[in-house]
Amino acid sequence: MISIQGKGVSTGVALGPLYFYQRAKSSISRTTVKDTQAEWERFKAAQAKAVEQLGELAEKARVEAGDSAAFLFETHQMMAEDLDYEEAIQGLIQDDKLNAEAAVSDTAAQFADMFANMDDPYMQARSADVKDVSSRIIGILTGAVQGGIDSPVPVILIADDLAPSETVQLDKSKILGFVTEGGSGSSHTAILARTMGIPAIIGVGKQVKAEYAGREVIIDGTKGEVIIDADEATRNLMVSKMEELKKQREMLELLKGKPNKTKDGHTIRIYCNIGSPDDVAPVLGNDAGGIGLFRSEFLYLNCDDYPTEDYQFEAYKKVLSDMEGREVVIRTLDIGADKQIDYFDLPKEENPAMGNRALRICLNRPEIFRTQLRALYRASAFGKLSIMFPMVTSVWEVKEAKKMCERVKAELTAEGKAFSNDVELGIMIETPAAAVMSDRLAKEVDFFSCGTNDLTQYTLACDRQNADLGRFFNPHHPAVLRLLKLVCDNAHKNGIWVGICGELGADLSLTETFLSIGIDELSVSPRAVLPLRQKVRDTNVAVCRERVLSELMSDINTI
Amino acid sequence: MKTFEYTIKDPVGIHARPAGLLVKEIKKYTSTVMICKGEKEVNALKLMALMGMGIKQGDTIKVTVDGADEEKAASELEAFFKANL
Repeated sequence: MISIQGKGVSTGVALGPLYFYQRAKSSISRTTVKDTQAEWERFKAAQAKAVEQLGELAEKARVEAGDSAAFLFETHQMMAEDLDYEEAIQGLIQDDKLNAEAAVSDTAAQFADMFANMDDPYMQARSADVKDVSSRIIGILTGAVQGGIDSPVPVILIADDLAPSETVQLDKSKILGFVTEGGSGSSHTAILARTMGIPAIIGVGKQVKAEYAGREVIIDGTKGEVIIDADEATRNLMVSKMEELKKQREMLELLKGKPNKTKDGHTIRIYCNIGSPDDVAPVLGNDAGGIGLFRSEFLYLNCDDYPTEDYQFEAYKKVLSDMEGREVVIRTLDIGADKQIDYFDLPKEENPAMGNRALRICLNRPEIFRTQLRALYRASAFGKLSIMFPMVTSVWEVKEAKKMCERVKAELTAEGKAFSNDVELGIMIETPAAAVMSDRLAKEVDFFSCGTNDLTQYTLACDRQNADLGRFFNPHHPAVLRLLKLVCDNAHKNGIWVGICGELGADLSLTETFLSIGIDELSVSPRAVLPLRQKVRDTNVAVCRERVLSELMSDINTI
Repeated sequence: MKTFEYTIKDPVGIHARPAGLLVKEIKKYTSTVMICKGEKEVNALKLMALMGMGIKQGDTIKVTVDGADEEKAASELEAFFKANL
């Protein structure tokens, strides 16, 4: 039995085979082949596999975002089977005796150039499609696995760390739990695990060796423990723990349909954070009142080029209609910092967390912003939409964003397109500047939602991706909590509501604090809804309020 | 052999979506379909070559259908162009 200690960032216990994430290789070898016929057949097999994968992606996109989204993949299918493309590859393999990977790569470059040199910007952009299809075929040829997992059974996935674009593409039905070598509690892997309701352990370093692949592993997300080849006693203990957790879940099930009301009658709304339209099912399954944060980045991370208005519209519309009239807060594009997207062509920055990101990109590149807002407003006709802007520091930014909303509404009116007139506009409070200026900002918007992950990193000057900062990165720091209270007071003075959509919202040791300072809404991962409801129902604000507020004003570092 | 001419009305021209739909449509028939714009001519089954012609709104193209089912293919393809391009 091998026991490894990491840091648990998503609770639960899981048992399954250990599987190392397969990352695509970037360099391609160039060799001369002897058996050109065999090489050609190798290409044909990879091409067939690519077409099959694209067909599956098309079906997935059709279900998630409609026909126009599916069509992108169908076009890719046709490109993969294009006669000229195939002929060029065949020529390189059979005449020049080139290996298949290099032949595909050379042909891709040739066709991508053809598109790039056309005078029509639309056609120029198709160059990326050719490259994408080709890298899929090359990936298959080199044995890299699309989506990172090639296993018939669900696995415990281990990776050094996963980029946001990688987490988006993972085949989630194949994952029982996550283990990462690096990372932090607010990394994307951790967030994904909590949304999926499965355990995750980070920061195990190089202790999990490649030779452990395929062996049975048990992970305990509460303790942060990874156990490989457990002895019988340990295994039995963990299996009974799994069963106990299952029973607890069943107890929580009984809370469905009950109000989030404290013993002395205060109510709070409990909403969910989601990252894609797929996540609506667990939101409804856990009886959440709405969606407090829908991260729209997935739409951008999933594409190889700017997602079109229609593509976005279908995705937003799906979430709004699936939520059947419950409130859905969609956050406009929040990329930059740790979420990079190639086609945005953003220059590398020394310090991206404080750089060109989120609303800043949207205000600097109004066409991108306008497309998203048009899609959002059009979707607003299908449910109860609120729009939220991330990374605000100044009043003028909010004014400019609102002006863009007005412009988009005027356009849609002129075009005779339907939209709702009751869309609420809000902002994320995630910079100290926004918290301090919240008295002014409250006059501009309908609600605030505090992003505690970023608010903590900026307030404490602690990089949230840096696992080594440990005890210095303390989201319970009174500085953070006092800012939250200030924001609450300013919101209520101006008659608007305030929520928390960061990880802190689900921290049950702070529920009393949030109720005492008057937070109106907590947006958490779906699995955290019912435990939070239980905690709210066990709380008596009249009893705890004074203690909590005096703790807030003290200098103890941990509350 | 059947031919017809058509002037493109779609504002983006023969872009990926209609080109893809066209390839799908042509696969229904046994006839060979060639598309000609000015000096250039391509087999319309070749998606990338077709897109590579850069056919735009207002361009007039000549479509030639040759094969056993040319009669049916030509009339249905003409209807397809009217509906999609």
